[in-house]
Amino acid sequence: MKRTSVIPRPKAEGPLKPQERSLAALGMTAGMDRRVFLAGSALLTVLPFASAHATPEAMAAAIKEVVGEGTIREGKVKLDLPPLVENGNVVPLTVSVDSPMTPADHVKAIHVFNEKNPQPHVFSARLGPRNGKAVIGTRIKLADSQKIIAIAETSSGAFWSASADVIVTLAACIEDVT
Amino acid sequence: MKTIRIALGLASVFFTTFALAQGSIDKRRSGYQDMGEALQKMQDDDTANPGMLFVQLGEQLWAKPAGTANKSCADCHATGSMKGVAARYPAIPKDADKPVDLEGRINLCRTANQQADPLAPESRELLSLAAYVAFQSRGQPIAPPSDPRLGPFRAQGAEIYRRREGQLNLSCAICHDDNAGKKLAGVTIPEAHPTGYPIYRLEWQALGSLKRRLRNCLVGIRAEAFAYDAPDYVALEVYLMDRAKGMPLEAPGVRP
Amino acid sequence: MTNILVNAPKTAKPGEIVEIKALIMHPMETGFRPGTNGRIIPRDIIEHFVATWNGTEIFRMEMSPAIATNPFVSFFAVATESGTIGLRWTGDKGFLAEEQVAITVG
Repeated sequence: MKRTSVIPRPKAEGPLKPQERSLAALGMTAGMDRRVFLAGSALLTVLPFASAHATPEAMAAAIKEVVGEGTIREGKVKLDLPPLVENGNVVPLTVSVDSPMTPADHVKAIHVFNEKNPQPHVFSARLGPRNGKAVIGTRIKLADSQKIIAIAETSSGAFWSASADVIVTLAACIEDVT
Repeated sequence: MKTIRIALGLASVFFTTFALAQGSIDKRRSGYQDMGEALQKMQDDDTANPGMLFVQLGEQLWAKPAGTANKSCADCHATGSMKGVAARYPAIPKDADKPVDLEGRINLCRTANQQADPLAPESRELLSLAAYVAFQSRGQPIAPPSDPRLGPFRAQGAEIYRRREGQLNLSCAICHDDNAGKKLAGVTIPEAHPTGYPIYRLEWQALGSLKRRLRNCLVGIRAEAFAYDAPDYVALEVYLMDRAKGMPLEAPGVRP
Repeated sequence: MTNILVNAPKTAKPGEIVEIKALIMHPMETGFRPGTNGRIIPRDIIEHFVATWNGTEIFRMEMSPAIATNPFVSFFAVATESGTIGLRWTGDKGFLAEEQVAITVG
């Protein structure tokens, strides 16, 4: 998906920096992260979760767990996410897979992963010919601007995927933390 | 558990009145128009709008007897009788000299007519009832009452709206009159018309009142929010509703 | 009592692919957020959503804490015969909610 924000964002290389890691562990939402950070760095010292974070490596490991040794090919899957998200707490998402959904050839499962939330899984859905169409809609939480990956597993054991880069903005007017 | 299967006819009525309002000389924009398409779709679908979960709850509470009088709202107010009410609040109740907002009016009924304890501010019950009432005015143009006693409160609200506050020394007018339509941190600054209240704000992941949103604004400009029961909020709302006069109500709105 | 909204057609032609949407009120507390006292608010989420058509499972979703509060799901199903579409949510703290909608196919 195209990046359409006017705010230039450096591409995240490698694991999160220590502050970013603890921020990600602080909370699911971008709003919550930064609000707590701004409200008092004292809160950072109370962190019991200093090591809980997701990284591109954790996402890759989670994908491997699901896919095993299978090859993932890009295609057949369409991942619909708004490129610029007004609020990371509720992000509408639709995954559609091009498949006839017949008993002989259908999508068995759709898995969605993320790379910057505290943990890499978003959801896993089980489907079959009874669905007629492999299209799922839901709403997800995104802690930060990041990449989302959707992987479809077909009845023949093939894996197809699509990814989307999402920019998550922060609400300007927020709750009083105290 | 009852399910509501609401025809999308209501949504299309809203669209039509909306389109008509925009087709004429009214250039005012509701916050709905400043949202992305995905969020607009979320608001439009009555079975996907999270605010509707609260409307459904409100509908159940409406029929529940309460207080020592053991009366429900429905005992006095027939189903569907709340049409147009939310469009003309805040208003000054009979035998009173100060305006109340919709939540205040509901609590007045609770204490005076049901002999029940008032519902806590921003409580799920109070918001659900307000959402149920406001929902019945969906599509109706905002129509503040012509009560002359509201004049001073409207003026007070206008003064608060233009007053600079907080560490950022901003007034509501600076963002929402002078800079509406421009971007703030990647998001379009809305004109701040209270067309969708109570709203399901994604930031709260819950339904909330205009009062809660105004408090967020005050925190946003690094000001100390007025006390929860301060009359300033109602005065502001009297002014804002007058400023939004004629715009269609969208309750329950979805906002980022 | 749990608050649920379901959108499914009341009637369908045999073989027609219909969309089913379900929305349920639930905090979906992630287990990663600190409360105002600095301590992590314990996780409280819906983990499983299952849909059945006259008892046969037609769709299943395993949710993680990344699913937004008041979870919404939409999916499609082939209208095979008249009967009941059953929806079931289960999760932390023994959470269980069920909803049934009737559909006439023919």
